[in-house]
Parts: sequence; structure tokens; C-alpha cells
Amino acid sequence: MASDVAAPVVSTATGKPPGKARRRTDDTRLALMFIAPAFLGYCVFLLWPTIRGIYLSFTKFNLLTPPQWVGLDNYVRMIHDPIFWNAMRVTLYYVVLNIGFQTVLALVIAVMMQRLTRKTWLRGIVLTPYLVSNVVAAMIFIWILDYQLGFGNYILAHLGLGRIAFLSSDHWAIPTIAFINVWRNVGYTALLIFAGLQMIPETVYEAGRMDGASENKMFRHITIPLLRPILSLVLIITIVGSFQVFDTVAVATQGGPVNASRVLQFYIYDLAFGRFQFGYASALSVALLLVLLVVSLVQYRLSRADESDLD
Amino acid sequence: MTTATFEATTLTEAPSEKQPFSVGRALAWTFMIIVILVSLFPFYWMLRTALSSNNALYAGSHSILPVQFSWGGFQRVFGLQTGQKAIDAGGAGQPINFWRYLLNSVIVSTLVTVGQVFFSALAAYAFARLRWRHRDRVFMFFLVGLMIPAIFTFLPNFVLIKQLGLIDTVFGIALPTMLMSPFAVFFLRQFFMNISREVEEAALIDGASKVRVFFQLIVPMSAAPITTLAILTYIASWNDYFWPLMVSYTDKSRVLTVALGVFKSQTPQTGPDWSGLMAATLVAALPMLLLFSLAARKIVNSIGFSGIK
Repeated sequence: MASDVAAPVVSTATGKPPGKARRRTDDTRLALMFIAPAFLGYCVFLLWPTIRGIYLSFTKFNLLTPPQWVGLDNYVRMIHDPIFWNAMRVTLYYVVLNIGFQTVLALVIAVMMQRLTRKTWLRGIVLTPYLVSNVVAAMIFIWILDYQLGFGNYILAHLGLGRIAFLSSDHWAIPTIAFINVWRNVGYTALLIFAGLQMIPETVYEAGRMDGASENKMFRHITIPLLRPILSLVLIITIVGSFQVFDTVAVATQGGPVNASRVLQFYIYDLAFGRFQFGYASALSVALLLVLLVVSLVQYRLSRADESDLD
Repeated sequence: MTTATFEATTLTEAPSEKQPFSVGRALAWTFMIIVILVSLFPFYWMLRTALSSNNALYAGSHSILPVQFSWGGFQRVFGLQTGQKAIDAGGAGQPINFWRYLLNSVIVSTLVTVGQVFFSALAAYAFARLRWRHRDRVFMFFLVGLMIPAIFTFLPNFVLIKQLGLIDTVFGIALPTMLMSPFAVFFLRQFFMNISREVEEAALIDGASKVRVFFQLIVPMSAAPITTLAILTYIASWNDYFWPLMVSYTDKSRVLTVALGVFKSQTPQTGPDWSGLMAATLVAALPMLLLFSLAARKIVNSIGFSGIK
């Protein structure tokens, strides 16, 4: 997820000159001791589950009796499952709203922070919502957006706009969940973009000013193009995270009303723990994994293509 | 890495605080003030509701200050107010005890943080500084793990934890992330690689073993990034919901996030106990907000492209 950002740093850090001739020591025994716990954790709780998850997707499995191989049955069922396609559509709708608003807002906040003040306190405040859990964020907004007593609805009524049943209407459930998560994550995204802005050398702007470019022009012709590779990276992290939305839905709407906010991950959870169809749930997980893989690959290609911008 | 970049940039271009007034700047500040208000107001509203009497909220839903100040919400959360009195206040009336959940959360987050950071640091040192065959190949093998979304491993890991008989234990919640995270290994390796080799070699010539060099030299020299990583791991683990929701069924292993969800679903549909709910929410959020206030500068400056989560 967020760790994807780490990738570009490798090249700079490993690009150190190999150093002078060193004493030929072999630390194999010590090294094996040092990596043993992490290696065990990696194989048992990350690699093996991944393989097992793919295997389970070809089985019928209810946790009580051993998995039964059923070939592609789960995938055939998936293709004909209207709730799956609905979940896919709802999830996509959520991702578009969430990422759209969040990225634009984060970009504006980052540029404002860059221009106005780089004091830590401001960045600290902007980051604060990110420190509470999704569950806490959901709880706070369930209350603020409550139809009868919520302060948000009080203001809407006061302005003569009429109350809105934010989390219990088909139309508003997904946009509201998207908004709650924008509130929680926008500061973190803004700080990532802010860090990217710091990497643009000030000399480029000075050159721009010398040529008499306005702030607006510099934003469009310097900031945005030079920031593009970093924006791509930020988009990979946030989109991949956004597809996995679960907590807010589980706490605030339970997928309802009816299926209006039944996002993919919630449907998977419901199948596995509500109906004990672990095999079918695993097949849906594989589908989600493939979607995430495609998103990352496409984004990675895009960011690769732009890498030469800042040289 | 990041800290280095930050220092460099702030030195070359000091933020220009004193600029002449302009309409653009005034608008920009107005925007930022709105952002600050939107970020912080919900926290205030949570506090204000938690300190109100639940029954008074209906009449005073828009009062900016707490309505009929009361500790009742917190008392119900910590099981000090139960039975009829709690039901009258809109609560569920069942004894709930957030101390238990608070303790579980502390245990899980501590196990995860201490284990993950320690074991990842050991591995990171082996990848950064020790010389052994296939080192880079094994490291590449680790990097593949960065691409697997944790969420994909939840179902199979649940099956595994069940087979190990660890369902509904705090240890079962902590175990899968206790031994490593590919990200932590990767992150710490970057720092270890940037420590000058000369210092390390001087110690080796003096006869220190590599184990001693690691514990007495490398770890103290990397105290800052290790602390940052630890704090962020702690916060992430504390805020985790999906995985503990799968593993814990009873009070025995229930952590705060899950308890909050249960508390919410138990509250009566008509006339819910909002002040109790907000008090519980505050209890779940406050420890991390306090932790953040202690280390805000570190955390804020660590977010950058060395990829801190």
C-alpha cells in the first residue's frame, strides 16, 4: 500500500559506490540468525497466505470441513453474480469520488502550505484526522450528520436547504462515506504532495520569475509538470487504499440501504463470516487483487514515462 | 533520508513569513483557516457531546457548549453507571467496560510494535551490512511482499490463526504482523545503509563483534528513524479494525476499535445514547492524539518519499 512509495528511493540509496576493497568476511551464520524471525513471518503470514488464498478460490470451503476442489466454479458464479457486479460498481463509484476530491483538495492544501508557511504546527493540524481510526471518524460523522440531531443537518435546515439522510439514503450513502474518508486522509495526502513540492528546486521558480511568469503560470507550467511523477505515486497509494474501503462501511451503513453501499470488501467479509462461503469469498478477493494489480501497473507505467521530467 | 532532504530544503529557502499583504494571500489564508476548522471542529464536537447530558441533547442539538454538563457518558463507558440509570439516559444498560478494551488495545499494539520493529531491524541490518551469499536475491524476494495488499492475506490468515487455536486471543490478533512488515525492513535498511562504514569498522577493529556493533552502535545511531517507525506502527496497529474484527469474538480479546463498533450496534435505534457513544469514541481516539502531540514534529517531518506510511 503506502509502502509503494518507497520504491524510487532504492536507486538513490543503493547507488553508492561499492567502496574500497574490504576484508573478506563471511557473515552467513549471523545473517541467517538475524533474518530468521522476519523470514519466518514473511513466509508464514504473507507469502503462504497469498498462495493459499489463490488456492482457496478454486475450492468450496466452509471452515468446518476440508476444502473441496471445484475448479473454476467460483469464478463462473462470480461472473453471473449481480451483487458482485453491483459491488464492483459501488466500489468504483466510491474510488472515483474519494480519490477525485481528495487529490484536488490535497494538492491545493499542499501548494498553500508551500506558499504561506512551512511551520510544523500547520502540517500537524492538517494531519490530525489521519491519527484517529476509520471507526472513530465514522462515529463522529454518524453523529454530526444524524438526520434529527446532527449539527450538520441543523445547519442545512437553518440555511433552508432541508435535512438530508446522509447515511441512510441510496443516493447519499456512498458520497457521504467518500467524504468521511476524505476528511480523514486528505491531510496525509497533502503532506505527501508537500514533500514532493519540496523536491522541486527553487532555482526553477527563480528562472520563471526572471522571465516574468505569474504565479498562476508557474503553477501550471512548472509545478504541475515537475510534480507529475510524484502525483502518480501518490495516486497509486491512495487508489490502492481506496479500493479496500471496509471500516467506514461496516460501522456506518453495513452495506445498506439494501446494497447501495455494499462495497467489494464488505461483500467479501459478509460472504466469509456471514455465510461461511470462504471459497467464493476468496475468489472475490482474487478479483480485487487483480484489479489492484492492474491499477498499480497502469499507474507505474505512467509515472515511469514521466520520470525524466526533473533532471 | 527524509529528514536530510527536509533540512536541506529549509536551509536553502527559508520560508518567507513576512510578505506584503495581498488579496491572493488573504484568500489563501482564508482557505487554510477553513481547512483547519474542518479538520478540528469534529474533534471539538465529539468532546462537547461527550460532556453533555444525553437527554438534554434533544433540546439543545445546536448549542456550541456542552448541554447540561455531565460525566454520565464517560461513566457509562467505563461501566460506572449501569442498569436503570443508564437506560434512562438512553444507554443500553448492559455493563460495558472500556478499561478491558483499552488494555487489550495496549497489549496488541505493544506486541506488534516491539516485535515488528525489533525483528525488522535485525533483518534490515543483515540486508544492509552483513555479507552473505544470495543476500540481494533474498532481499528482492522480500520486496515482492510490498506488493501484496495486507487485506488479501486476511482470509487465509484467519484460517491459519484458527488452525493454530489462537482465535479470540490478543496474541492471535498480533501474531501475523509481529515478526516483520516488508515496509519496516525496507525503511530501516535505507537508514542503516546511510550510516558511515568508517565508524562501524573502527569498532570492529577494536574487537567488537558484529552483534555488539548492531546493538551498541547502529541502533543508537538510528534512534530517530526507529522511534518514528515505532510510533507510526503503534498508531496503525491501534487503529486497525478489519483484522481484529475477524479474530476477536468476546471481551477477552476485543480491542477498542472493535468494541466501539459493537457499542454502536448495541445502542437503541430510537434515541441512541449519543453522549455515551461520543465518550467512547473519545476514549478510543485520545491515546493516539496524545501520542501524536508528543511526537508531532517527528511524525510530520517523516512523511515524505522515503515512503513512511
